[in-house]
Amino acid sequence: MSSETGKILTTDGIPLEESLKQSEKKNKIKAFLLVAPLLLFLIITYMIPIGDMFSRSIDDKMVTNMLPKTYKAMENWDGKELPPEEVFEAFYLDYKILVKNKTAGKLQTQLNYEKNGFKSVLKKLARKQKKFEEGNYKEQIMKVHKRWRNVEYWRAIKRRAPSYTYSKYLKGIDMYSNEDGKIVQVSEDRRIHRILWIRTVEVAFFVTLFCFLMAYPIAHLLATLPMKYSNLLMICVLLPFWTSLLVRTASWMILLQQQGIVNDFFVWIGLVADDNRPEMMYNKTGTYVAMTQILLPFMVLPLYSVMKTISPSLMRAGKSLGATPATAFFKVYFPLTIPGIGAGCLLVFILAIGYYITPALVGGASGTLISNQIAYHMKSTLDWSFASAMGLMLLTGVLVIYWIYNKLVGVDNIKLG
Amino acid sequence: MSKKEDFVKFDKVDKSYDGKVLVVKDLNLDIEEGEFVTMLGPSGSGKTTCLMMLAGFETPTNGEIYLDKNPISNIPPHKRGIGMVFQNYALFPHMTVFENLAFPLKVRKMSQVEIEKKVDKALSMVSLGGFANRMPGQLSGGQQQRVAVARALVFDPSVVLMDEPLGALDKNLRESMQYEIKHIHESIGVTVVYVTHDQGEALTMSNRIAVFNDGKVQQLSSPDKLYEEPVNSFVAEFIGENNTFGGEVSEISNGTCRVKLEKGEIIANPISVKSVGEKTTVSIRPERALINPKDKMDNNQKGKIEEVIYHGDHTRVRLNLLGNSEFILKVPNSSQNLDIKLGNEINIGWNSHDARALDPK
Repeated sequence: MSSETGKILTTDGIPLEESLKQSEKKNKIKAFLLVAPLLLFLIITYMIPIGDMFSRSIDDKMVTNMLPKTYKAMENWDGKELPPEEVFEAFYLDYKILVKNKTAGKLQTQLNYEKNGFKSVLKKLARKQKKFEEGNYKEQIMKVHKRWRNVEYWRAIKRRAPSYTYSKYLKGIDMYSNEDGKIVQVSEDRRIHRILWIRTVEVAFFVTLFCFLMAYPIAHLLATLPMKYSNLLMICVLLPFWTSLLVRTASWMILLQQQGIVNDFFVWIGLVADDNRPEMMYNKTGTYVAMTQILLPFMVLPLYSVMKTISPSLMRAGKSLGATPATAFFKVYFPLTIPGIGAGCLLVFILAIGYYITPALVGGASGTLISNQIAYHMKSTLDWSFASAMGLMLLTGVLVIYWIYNKLVGVDNIKLG
Repeated sequence: MSKKEDFVKFDKVDKSYDGKVLVVKDLNLDIEEGEFVTMLGPSGSGKTTCLMMLAGFETPTNGEIYLDKNPISNIPPHKRGIGMVFQNYALFPHMTVFENLAFPLKVRKMSQVEIEKKVDKALSMVSLGGFANRMPGQLSGGQQQRVAVARALVFDPSVVLMDEPLGALDKNLRESMQYEIKHIHESIGVTVVYVTHDQGEALTMSNRIAVFNDGKVQQLSSPDKLYEEPVNSFVAEFIGENNTFGGEVSEISNGTCRVKLEKGEIIANPISVKSVGEKTTVSIRPERALINPKDKMDNNQKGKIEEVIYHGDHTRVRLNLLGNSEFILKVPNSSQNLDIKLGNEINIGWNSHDARALDPK
């Protein structure tokens, strides 16, 4: 009995606990080294870009760095009246350097984001400042354009003083902080992003729903048919999956266009008149049809893998216990497929919410999604910080959905196969 | 209350899956109310198909099945009121034990109080009183099996079907469960139709056994009769151990016949042979042949011991007898000092009544 309290020693006299820890430590290091390349890969290709995106989206150092003297002088200005002479002088000196270095254009663009019409004022100043005389810059600048007498333009400059800003995020939801620093909505005719967000969520939701409704019977068939038929069906499901996304989207364009095969068929069976062919693409319908087809395998496969494990005797047991086929299905079969439904829906929804190529090609104006807007800002307006902000908002949205899903269903309940 | 003799009745039932091969051929079977009937047979003999037809998961190709005199072929499974225990228990993995048992009661719209009462009773019947809130996955195989039995009985069905319910259990547990199921059957008097390929299980549990082979019932009788008096060589072979001799009937007269073998001749009991010249297989149970018999037996042969296997309570001896080198004897372990040694020649005797001349193999 007395030896039970003492530590158990190994044959070399080391306490067992310690030697166990040592040997486990070795294994842990080995395991870590095995995953280290992947970890490194993830950090380089995933964490760093996201971090960079984030810093880009809130970065506002450009204007701050371009007008260092101005912001120094503005520190004591309360923003109620026109700024004093020192501010005008500092701005003149800053701007002079910018014009000399040919970087004034950037400032013009940035300040124009802040206050419409700033660009032309600044351009005019760039031309006129060469003839400025020393002293009394306030008068000289105000003479160039009457807008310089408007205190709002000076407030716009001051608003860009901090080197960090969340204005891009506000812009992403059609809001901005106005002259008084209050967060307000943009005027009604310029609210485009909120429509896009709602449309994106709506499209993702309905695509998920359509995928679920179509995939459930397919997966059930796959799981219950005899091998020789189910293999064929599986190939039918997977074949489009292996085909290039562009090819599939293009073939939907051929099918859905107004002079396309589907419309021809409708006319032929007399469903629609030849001169009144319905528009099935370059709108939401096209986006729905093409995206549902493209994302369908992502729903079928998790459902199939879960259904495959459900023994057919469970449904029989349900029926033999007196449940009608419908009751047996909803009480026995359906609850057992929830892990597959959860996995499939989450997968399809997350893929759909960031979908780009298909809506870009078949979506038209009313079928484009937020990702198209992000791409537009990256490629056309080159407002990368805004694109980054929207990308991060999208990522946050996905994480929120994941979190809600975890609360409702539990992530442990996901089964991908 | 008189028991109905044909409570479950298979009337000329045929079943074919592909329209080419009959899995069940012209099956006629009457099961008495409260009886424990086992369908025994090798795999592919059609026994499970019969059970599935009774449960309603398969429809007979021809013929009709009656339950309490009502034809049931057109009644869907959920309206038949037949309990079933499946091979792999088929417990609902997402429900607790209580919910599993309450399922058949809930679909019958019973009140919560009644459900609780019945579930409690059924659980205590299989001695799983404290397990109501466990999930099936947290139970051992034997416990899951008991839950499955309780679930099949909880809604008081008139017939309970069991499809090889003990197949997945280990030997000891299987034996104790056999007794448990038998006792439950005796105490509540439900009609049980049991399917198995394990003859020991069938012999232990059943009132009557239907031996299936090739889609047909070969013999339907009580376990002792099945063992002692098999009606054909398949049953003799399938149930218990069996020594066989193939030969030709050379003489037949008042209850005995002579069968000529390749080497020698034996006197046998003509069961399925009618006339001289017929081919036959003679079947003798190992324990019916004795070494150095004291009584006068009408068959007496010499055999050479080829193998002796010690089995604890008995010893199995393999002999070469009348050209059959697979002749098995079971010698009880007693103080009697018999000369059982490898290579010895010994005298073997048996009564012609125990040597049954059946159909040729």
